[in-house]
Amino acid sequence: MAEVNSALKRAGTGPDPAPFGRFRDVRQSFARPGQAPLHAIEAVSFDLERGKLVSLLGPSGCGKTTLLKIVAGLMRATAGVVQIEGVDVTEPQPEFGVVFQTANLMPWRSVLRNVLLPIEIRRDTGGAARAAALELLSLVGLAGFEHARPAELSGGMQQRVALCRALVHKPRLLLMDEPFGSLDELTRMEMQDLLLDIRARTGATVLFVTHSISEAVYLSDRVVVFSRRPATIADMIDVPLPYPRTPELRYCATFTEIGHRAGRALGVSR
Amino acid sequence: MKRLLLERALYPLLGLAVIVVAWQLYTQLYAVSRIVLPSPSDIALASVRHFALLLAQTWPTLGATVLGFVIALVLGIPLAVCVANSRVLNLTLYPILVATQSVPKVAIAPIVLVWFGFGMESKLAIAFLVAFFPIVVDTATGLRSTPPGLLELARSLRASPWQVFSKVQMPAALPFVFSGAKVAITLAVIGAVIGEFVGSVDGLGNLLLAANSQLESPLAWAALIWLSALGIVLFAAVALVERLVVPWGHSGR
Ligand SMILES: Nc1ncnc2c1ncn2[C@@H]1O[C@H](COP(=O)(O)OP(=O)(O)OP(=O)(O)O)[C@@H](O)[C@H]1O
Ligand SMILES: [Mg+2]
Repeated sequence: MAEVNSALKRAGTGPDPAPFGRFRDVRQSFARPGQAPLHAIEAVSFDLERGKLVSLLGPSGCGKTTLLKIVAGLMRATAGVVQIEGVDVTEPQPEFGVVFQTANLMPWRSVLRNVLLPIEIRRDTGGAARAAALELLSLVGLAGFEHARPAELSGGMQQRVALCRALVHKPRLLLMDEPFGSLDELTRMEMQDLLLDIRARTGATVLFVTHSISEAVYLSDRVVVFSRRPATIADMIDVPLPYPRTPELRYCATFTEIGHRAGRALGVSR
Repeated sequence: MKRLLLERALYPLLGLAVIVVAWQLYTQLYAVSRIVLPSPSDIALASVRHFALLLAQTWPTLGATVLGFVIALVLGIPLAVCVANSRVLNLTLYPILVATQSVPKVAIAPIVLVWFGFGMESKLAIAFLVAFFPIVVDTATGLRSTPPGLLELARSLRASPWQVFSKVQMPAALPFVFSGAKVAITLAVIGAVIGEFVGSVDGLGNLLLAANSQLESPLAWAALIWLSALGIVLFAAVALVERLVVPWGHSGR
């Protein structure tokens, strides 16, 4: 690992010698008792440029969550280089914000206290955090629900609370695992616009996992398409559509074309 | 919501009324001896006549029950924390705990009596012993079934082990703790009465035995009903505390 690392450093590969996030030959396999190990990720390499939104698009079970957890520092890759700002990721970093596949709210805390959890864990005692949390909540349309309990919210509202919680400490890297996967189409489109809006305001770099082609195309600067397990990169597509993106873009030729290309890489269209 | 509450109180009370009336009629129509089965009115009368005595004998029983229960909480919860967080402790203690559970509590009572004598200590010890197990087991179960998603969230935020325990594991386990506590308080009453049966100088259990041996059945029955009421009140008190402390979810029971 260290050898690969220094070799890469010496080589100084690629146009950008120090991209925000750099992933080289990342592999992950899981030991299975009495069976051959399960290879979830096979030699995945790509860069994550500062301030960009990159989607990981792939079929269910291909290893997207696994890769995201590796980047989040929640899991160590079996092999390969995983660097954020030139530093190997070995554990979760304070400047990361993670939105999980499920909202993961604490049922015993109010909405506001759920959002403030990262601040509390950091023992960050300042009134500023509370104001920031309240502002985020009103930004996602949850003003007036600060003191509600998660059980009183709909699934979409819970996911918005989770988004606020991931943003409250102003992370530089936002890692999102199919955050809108369980939402209905309408709410999902609203949430996508909301995410783009928030990113425009904060300038955070975003790594976004999804299995929806249109979601990936609509949101991203770049779409990394994964093959079936073991995941390798089937295609890497830059989306030339300008920001801010508007819902009408979903019907333009470029959008369809890119969707088509992603579909071909996934093997679902010809 | 109000309506539901009313229904939930109304129907059991109606059922109770039917039983009491049937009981009263039966004892009067068939002229059942009040030694064999006193009528509800006999029992009510005895309750009123011996009110001061019954009340005086309630305190020792109540004291032993509550104290035994509280000690079980104070010792049981930390033990559960250790068992839930340490594999070695879990492997060592859990089988022992389960094994002690198969010892009939009535059978230990005479031994406890030898150790602690006829005073408060014996019944307290038995109340504690029976209350201890459900508290330890349910708390440990609760601590072990923290939603994995919340643990992962805590890890992603780099929470310290103490923060994980105090902000995630413990609150998530609270509904389980209360579910154990509700069983424990009921058992603690039984434990205290066993203690009083085996040997004591006061308490409702003691009064019940004494009245019974003097063929004062109405008083014995009155003591029995006071004991049941005591159990219900204590259970309700724990359930009330649960509502205040765990407003987000009830363990049901
Ligand atoms: N901790 C683990 N131990 C063993 N196998 C695992 C583990 N985590 C994931 N896997 C396996 O790795 C593969 C990829 O899982 P992963 O959760 O990354 O998929 P995914 O792409 O996120 O799927 P989905 O879109 O359904 O969420 C799966 O086959 C899964 O069984
Ligand atoms: Mg997944």
